[in-house]
Amino acid sequence: MKVLRDLFFPLIAVACAFLVGALIVLLVGDSPVETYRLLLGSAFSWPDGIGYTLFFATPLIFTGLAVAVALRGGLLNIGAEGQLYVAAFATAWTGITFANLPAVLLVPLCCIAGLGGGAMWAAIPGILKARFGSHEVINTIMLNFVAVALVGYLTQYHYRMPGDPIMETGLIGAGAHIPRLGAFIPGLPARIPLNAAFLLALLSCWLVYVLLWKTKWGYEIRATGQNPAAAEYGGVSIRKEVVLTMAISGALAGMVGINEVLGYRYRYYDGFSDNYGFTGIAVALLGRNHPFGVIVAALLFAVLQRGGVPVDAFTQLVSKDIVLILQALVILFVAAEAAFRKGGRGKGEGGSRGKGEGERGKGEGERGKSGKI
Amino acid sequence: MKLELRGITKRFGAVLANDHLDITIPSGTIHAIVGENGAGKSTAMRIAYGFYTADSGEILVNGQARDIRAPRDAIALGIGMVHQHFMLVRPMTVTENIVLGAEPGSAWSLDLRKAAASIRALSEEFKLAVDPDAVVEDLSVGQQQRVELLKALYRRAELLILDEPTAVLTPQEVEEFFAILRRMRGQGKTVIIITHKLSEVLAISDDVTVMRDGRVVGNLRTSETNAAELARLMVGRDVLLRVEKRPAKAGATVLSVRGLSIAGRDGGRRLDNVSFGVCAGEIVGVAGVEGNGQTELIEALAGLLPESQVSGAISFGGRDIRQLSARRRREAGIAHVPEDRHRRGLLLEFSLSENVILGVHYRAPAVSGLGSVLLDEPAIQRRAELVIREFDVRPPNASLPARALSGGNQQKLIIGREFELPPALLLISQPTRGVDIGAIEFIHRKIVALRDAGCAVLLVSAELEEVTALADRLLVLHNGRVAGEVDPVRATHEQIGLLMTGGHL
Repeated sequence: MKVLRDLFFPLIAVACAFLVGALIVLLVGDSPVETYRLLLGSAFSWPDGIGYTLFFATPLIFTGLAVAVALRGGLLNIGAEGQLYVAAFATAWTGITFANLPAVLLVPLCCIAGLGGGAMWAAIPGILKARFGSHEVINTIMLNFVAVALVGYLTQYHYRMPGDPIMETGLIGAGAHIPRLGAFIPGLPARIPLNAAFLLALLSCWLVYVLLWKTKWGYEIRATGQNPAAAEYGGVSIRKEVVLTMAISGALAGMVGINEVLGYRYRYYDGFSDNYGFTGIAVALLGRNHPFGVIVAALLFAVLQRGGVPVDAFTQLVSKDIVLILQALVILFVAAEAAFRKGGRGKGEGGSRGKGEGERGKGEGERGKSGKI
Repeated sequence: MKLELRGITKRFGAVLANDHLDITIPSGTIHAIVGENGAGKSTAMRIAYGFYTADSGEILVNGQARDIRAPRDAIALGIGMVHQHFMLVRPMTVTENIVLGAEPGSAWSLDLRKAAASIRALSEEFKLAVDPDAVVEDLSVGQQQRVELLKALYRRAELLILDEPTAVLTPQEVEEFFAILRRMRGQGKTVIIITHKLSEVLAISDDVTVMRDGRVVGNLRTSETNAAELARLMVGRDVLLRVEKRPAKAGATVLSVRGLSIAGRDGGRRLDNVSFGVCAGEIVGVAGVEGNGQTELIEALAGLLPESQVSGAISFGGRDIRQLSARRRREAGIAHVPEDRHRRGLLLEFSLSENVILGVHYRAPAVSGLGSVLLDEPAIQRRAELVIREFDVRPPNASLPARALSGGNQQKLIIGREFELPPALLLISQPTRGVDIGAIEFIHRKIVALRDAGCAVLLVSAELEEVTALADRLLVLHNGRVAGEVDPVRATHEQIGLLMTGGHL
């Protein structure tokens, strides 16, 4: 029942976004049916469509999870983009530096480097907030620029192969490669870069779920996010939680590097991220900050991303920007729904609360109303 | 202005908030509407003010049926309302606040001088002593409330609806406020006061309407009733208004505070060289006008203030606890019922069972397995059910979010959680603020029972009746200092009030 209700509104939001998107396509003068057929059809073809869609979804699951965990802890991590760059570079650096190690050692080592890099980069705004009270939104945004510049510098001046015209490092050791799923699934060619990191992403979702709802650590993270004063009263160190939550969030964002470096390009390629960190915010929002919601939301965004190319190629007038428009519309409708919920809460819940609570519930509804005006 | 509600019915979903209400308020009287939280009194008045429209029934103003669909209709008819939570723009002046929404002058110019003059005249007429040019955030709570009154008067209100107006006032301010209401009545205004404090009903009103479960259960003349009858009508059964307790059997000193001083964040002194002790098996009450250091005292004892702000000695069971964190203090046996249950006491979006482990969530029995990391859900559920049963939390459903409970039930949940520690010392602040009469009785009995079981209790309350009824010894705080210690049985409210305001006995 509750699951159904939680699913209902995001579905409505997505449906509304597609409806408005169809109107825009009509205004441009093309056929919405044809556009959507191209957009969605290509994502579900076998093996390329599904393979690439899942591959695109992988980094979005990681960044969506990263943002969701932070939000559960009351923090808005807008720095997943920077964190994943630092992490990917750390992963590649480890894979290059210890290239001769056997796979059983090198793969875990690279993963740890990525998680650690992301965690460290995210812990910086966490520590700044805990010690000086500076807002994490500002600091995570700023650190995005620092991260991009830092890894760009390291790539350009220290790790680029001589004569290579592209901003990328050399290759990591063969022992650091993680298998592509084509190796296990019949009919899925090895050229499709869908790799073991996708399974890791699903596993991470489950682990995050267990962490948040089944352990005392998760209880403290959620309590801090819900009401820091009450968490403090309950003996939780808010400062510690802020740093810890940011570090976990950063580590999750950092796992994008595993997909990118260990499973796809086998090197650090500068500027590889297609705004994964920022899209992660939308994924978390649509997924209601729940690990399982994040999977669904990441898949939707991956479908859109995958479908943009054929739309661009095979329609007369619609460009692949329709994907961006749809993504924006989804976010808009999800946000509108959140506002709608807030405003409607008083009346909606006044009824279900039972007698004792009638009056106060309504009072809140009123404040909500006046707040909007 | 005479106001009549006839057959007013309002339904919110499954809840019948108002069920065929008939209330008549004669012109030039002060009319109290009492009832427990959720009885429907605020809903009825919001209908009269146009916030809600009734599902059926009619509103008569001076004998004529009127259609009140929005607050502006009510204002046009001369009905004003002052809300429990003030609706003032804090950085603006009194005049600016009062004219807001009805700005004088044309679209291009704002004539505040004329408005200020008429506000000054109104203020003098009713002896409100409000300076129209003062900035609202510089005013005391009592003065802000008078600004709200002026706002209604400025819009030519003939009938004023006041929602729990005394909740935020000190005993002295209440007296002043009642004097203002009497002056208004003298000028022919009609006043409706919504409250749940029976002593105030008896002190100020001419007539009283009692509501329970959305219905009017009594329309009485105040002079012909008494507190016991009103309480029985409100709750639907006989209510014990006095606390029954035997003399305390005080044991060894549990808490000893010596020379405790607390610096505020702004550098000012919140508490100044305070010393006292609390023994096992006794209740030490702390009386005082709010904001005289009580909040800081309790937070310092609970370990919620940074060590740098606190100086002096705090010893618990003979051991210095100043270095201990809030978590270690709770482990040592110090329970804390905070003054603001929404800010400190509860995780409103969390379920009752998740709230019941707050503070003990990291240790057995809340955790088990994997080196005490995993939450033990069956054990948590059992603890929640125990607290719900022992402390009569309603509705008895551990999976509901705390937000869904009424104030009294939220408070019972917190008290149950803290009492189940079990504590050697209980710090309890404003235990019955915003709690129904029936629950107040229950909570008082539980506190006395805990004392009788040998717990040391430090009780802070802004309700003088509450501290004098419960405490075995009573400290009065004024301006961060102990202004005196009195025997709560012998001392009169006047004597205590004098100490509270800085006077001497």
